[in-house]
Amino acid sequence: MSGFDLRKQAPNAAVWLILLSMPLWIDAVGGYTQLGTQVVVMGLAAMSLNFLLGYTGVLSFGHAAYFGLGAYGVGMTIRYLVPSTGLGLLVGTGVGALAAAIIGPMIVRLRGVYFAMVTIAFAQVFYFIAFRWNSVTGGDDGLTNWTREPINFGFATLHIEKDPVTFYYFVLAIFAVAVALMALLLQSPFGRTLIAIRENERRTRFLGINVNFHIWMSWVISCTFMALSGSLYALLNNFVDPRTLYWTQSGVFVIMCVLGGMRSFWGPLVGAAIYVVLQDYLSSATPNWMSFIGLVFVVAVLFFPRGVLGIFRRKSTE
Amino acid sequence: MSFLKIENVTKHFGSLVAVDGVSMSVEKGECRAVIGPNGAGKTTFFNLITGMLDLTKGRVLLEDHDLAGIKPSARVRMGMARTFQITEIFPDLTVRENIQIPVEIAAGLHLAPRVPKARRAELRARIDQLMEEGGLTRIAGRYAGELSHGDQRACEIMMALALNPRLLLLDEPTAGMGDDETHAIARLIRRIHREQNLTIVLIEHDMRVVFNLADKITVLAEGRPLAEGTPSEITANAKVQAAYLGGSA
Ligand SMILES: Nc1ncnc2c1ncn2[C@@H]1O[C@H](COP(=O)(O)OP(=O)(O)O)[C@@H](O)[C@H]1O
Ligand SMILES: [Mg+2]
Repeated sequence: MSGFDLRKQAPNAAVWLILLSMPLWIDAVGGYTQLGTQVVVMGLAAMSLNFLLGYTGVLSFGHAAYFGLGAYGVGMTIRYLVPSTGLGLLVGTGVGALAAAIIGPMIVRLRGVYFAMVTIAFAQVFYFIAFRWNSVTGGDDGLTNWTREPINFGFATLHIEKDPVTFYYFVLAIFAVAVALMALLLQSPFGRTLIAIRENERRTRFLGINVNFHIWMSWVISCTFMALSGSLYALLNNFVDPRTLYWTQSGVFVIMCVLGGMRSFWGPLVGAAIYVVLQDYLSSATPNWMSFIGLVFVVAVLFFPRGVLGIFRRKSTE
Repeated sequence: MSFLKIENVTKHFGSLVAVDGVSMSVEKGECRAVIGPNGAGKTTFFNLITGMLDLTKGRVLLEDHDLAGIKPSARVRMGMARTFQITEIFPDLTVRENIQIPVEIAAGLHLAPRVPKARRAELRARIDQLMEEGGLTRIAGRYAGELSHGDQRACEIMMALALNPRLLLLDEPTAGMGDDETHAIARLIRRIHREQNLTIVLIEHDMRVVFNLADKITVLAEGRPLAEGTPSEITANAKVQAAYLGGSA
């Protein structure tokens, strides 16, 4: 509550320092800039899911739907409507938000595994549409023949289409705004009400809160940021395919949250970094990379039940 | 007009009749105790008043307003706060946060993206005041889940009071407590009742607490109303003696 607290700000400073300097050192440690961009994009996706999962206590197993809607939204806008990256991002994010707002009232009464199952079911519907509607979505082959466009600010043009480092900082800037908004919301009275629902739904209801409405709000916010990250993911690859909507992709986002720590703000980013780097490294070494990731996941859950960043659980004070 | 009027409420669970035709009128500022052996239907009775369960029969009226079809959370916003037989708090949050959340809700901020600057001092003072009244100041930074049973109960009561309720329903506030803790909670309830002229309905097993606090007592047995009256009338009541007081004392 009070002013500047070094112990609280140190992790934030560390995260931003690493992210801002990433293009300077990533080659030296055996990576490449696009890998860093992928970490940031997937980190945003995992943090978006965690808004709902970690801070409202609601498990969605269908968040890939909104990730994929964002991805198709931006791809189809650029391919069919206007070759504008900015507009594509707006459409992708907006479509995801709208879908979430409409689906939300049908699912917010459900709890636990029932909620998770129904979110999967809705996600699979989007998956089959993308998979089957060949003429528009490109079906199983994905949506091709489009690329991210340079962004014209009038006085200057940002050439995100060529230089990976420029694109990295473009993505990082959007990430920063999204993450700052989420942090702001989570530290607000509204955010505390969501945490209250996670902690004890009955108590929260008997404090006069319309719990289902609050879960709907959290769901829409979470899915909106998810769609934004999906849009960025499509821009990164200049490509979208139905796998971005598939239920296993939803599972990957959950794994990232659990791996990094659902109770910590940056945890899902750390989980995403571990997952993306491991996947990049292992998938070139062995076709069975998925089982190795599974092994890492099991070990991590055994040794860090609260996630990697969960070891920094705040101490209670006398 | 009674503040809270219960008319002939009945609740069936399958073939079990947990609450069977109970009526009760509570006046504004009254402290009413509901007593009765385990399984008498007291908690179910509370659940019917607060809307947690649907009535099989009967009516619940708050200031002559029929509460039928009004959700629990909306009843809370109408001024009806409660605590539970098994404490319902936020165990992984600090005591201060446990109090802060209902204070912010009572201030109408539960959808607000920030606390307006002009209200920060006022809200902080209110949180401090509630913690002081509940004897929680010394443990403000502790996780609520780590507290003693008595402190958890006090925390839950202060959370309910943070809502500025007009009616407070307490389900066995001293259950499972030692003498010292029981006294502390009874003193707390008595103080808020006196100072704020709050209408209170409490379920309580400890007869010392009941006789100390209650203006009137309603006795339930097997879901049915057995007797109603002042503490001295209830002590003198032969039926109650036989069914309840004699047996358990
Ligand atoms: N949700 C429920 N479903 C079925 N039976 C219930 C339920 N709640 C309470 N009961 C039964 O109703 C009776 C009254 O319970 P309760 O209201 O908890 O009593 P008390 O609070 O007086 O001890 C008990 O026999 C209990 O088993
Ligand atoms: Mg009971």
